[in-house]
Amino acid sequence: MTLHLFLLLAAGLFAIGVYGALSQQSIVMIMMGIELMIGGVIVAAAAFWSFLAPAAASGQVIVVAAVVAMAVEMAMGFAVTTAIFRARRVDTTDLAEDLKG
Amino acid sequence: MVDAAPWWAVVTAPVLLAAFALCAIGYDAVLAAREAARPIRMTTPARPLLEVPRLLVSQPRRLPAPDALLWRTGVITVPVAAVLSTAVIPFGHVVVADLPVGVVWFNAMEVLTWAGLWMAGWGPNAVFSLVGGYRYVAQGLAYELPLMFALMTPAIRAQSLRVGDIAAAQSQVWFAVWMPVAFVVYLAGVLAFSFLGPFSYPVGQDIAGGLLGEASGVDRLLLSAGRWLLLAAGSAMAVPLFLGGGAGPVLPAWTWSAIKTLAVLALLVWVRRRLPVIRADRYVELAWVVLIPLTVLQALVPALVVLGGGR
Amino acid sequence: MEMAVFWVLAVPALAGGVLVFRCGSMARATFALLSSLICVGGEVVLLGLPYLGVVIILMMVMEMVVMAVFMIAYMMNPAGLTPMSMVHNKRGSAVISVAVFVALAAGIFLVPWPRRAGSPPPDTTFQVGVSLMGGQMLTMITLGFVLLATMVGATVLATRRGRYDRFGDDLDRRPAHDPAGGGVGR
Repeated sequence: MTLHLFLLLAAGLFAIGVYGALSQQSIVMIMMGIELMIGGVIVAAAAFWSFLAPAAASGQVIVVAAVVAMAVEMAMGFAVTTAIFRARRVDTTDLAEDLKG
Repeated sequence: MVDAAPWWAVVTAPVLLAAFALCAIGYDAVLAAREAARPIRMTTPARPLLEVPRLLVSQPRRLPAPDALLWRTGVITVPVAAVLSTAVIPFGHVVVADLPVGVVWFNAMEVLTWAGLWMAGWGPNAVFSLVGGYRYVAQGLAYELPLMFALMTPAIRAQSLRVGDIAAAQSQVWFAVWMPVAFVVYLAGVLAFSFLGPFSYPVGQDIAGGLLGEASGVDRLLLSAGRWLLLAAGSAMAVPLFLGGGAGPVLPAWTWSAIKTLAVLALLVWVRRRLPVIRADRYVELAWVVLIPLTVLQALVPALVVLGGGR
Repeated sequence: MEMAVFWVLAVPALAGGVLVFRCGSMARATFALLSSLICVGGEVVLLGLPYLGVVIILMMVMEMVVMAVFMIAYMMNPAGLTPMSMVHNKRGSAVISVAVFVALAAGIFLVPWPRRAGSPPPDTTFQVGVSLMGGQMLTMITLGFVLLATMVGATVLATRRGRYDRFGDDLDRRPAHDPAGGGVGR
């Protein structure tokens, strides 16, 4: 059990999440990718706290912040999906690219 | 105060939980017989158990294209979550695992039933079954937040999330006495997460049994057993949280734990037969507009007591 | 022992993550993500943060059940009975994903991590509580306002009806005209 192993797990979760967030068309599936990425961040933050600075509480606060970020991302994601679906019956990003430059 | 149990408690705790659940089922059968004006005999409490062999040998029913994996997982999750939640509940002076975050553990295990029941509703590929699953989730969104505040209130007073510490903090007066709102909301939450009585909306008659409608054979047995196990686990948890744990005169601690648990169970089973089913859309407004402010105020009381140095 | 627990949680965490984007059934994808995040919570407990770990498990179960509801509501093929592909730029995403992993892994092994400073407190729950209610109070307040803003913003975005729909043009219709009546008769 070393810091490296935990960080590799975090990196793996983050990379899978990046793949999902980039490759999926459905907004809900993209959110699942983002959830996985934040899951990786949580593991990394907890590992840094445990292996590098367990006396500092700030490490735990970062985990709390990441969990809050997850909740906010979920709520706003569903709200946006609901709003855009209500307006145009669309739930994929490819059909909602009006602002694409 | 509370000691770690020997290793064989891992086996006895589920057996004990099942025994409490059987007592509740028996009492429920007696009440049902009395309501129907049937004669109450020695065998009346055991009548519901005749279902067990019938369900074990009956031919399971299947619809086209069920999601067998999620269905089985969900059905198994419900009783397993009930058993896991008892790990932190002290019985007398012993507890299987005296976790420092016992209250949160109990809450997490109880929330696992959301996933379990939704999957059990999704699995059979039937409309009414899925509607039942959705109803449970809608009901869950209503009961969960008041229940969380109610769980938090004794923990604030005891200044600990360890269930043993919470029981020990009631050496003078039970928390049920001066936290009545939290106690009542907690008991309502117990009925809600075991979807019994007024909260049996997910298995309502209007949707042909809902969650239980398509479940047959062992699946039905596990789901039905799961809800009574959840009821028993919730009642057992009420004892250390609000009723002083195993404290009591003369008799040893474990008898007091058993007596109090059975009393809470009897009360809940009686209430279950007394109150009508409440729709989730009605309960959600009551829960969010009335119960959440009330439980927040209730949680404020022990917080002020602790701040005022009433340690 | 701890090593074994690490692997028992790490493998399903990664496998669940992969399954999320391999499952045809949206319900299964959601619960694959749930199993992955429950394992993340387990790893956090293993790292000596029981409170945060169990809270993560609790929250993720609730979140994923709600997510399943939305998945079923919005996806075209929720049960995966007719296989279809809902992806774009699969190869590019895979390349970027692998590159991200390689870069992170390189960083993990190349950075000279400092030695462990200090030792964990006897009660980590107490540590985070005191910190959030003391030194990190500003963080806590900010998080609280972010959550409040999210609640208001998400409700405004998601709802179609405003107060004029409920109470009429002069805001004097009582009780409100709602598609579903509430329990306290407002």
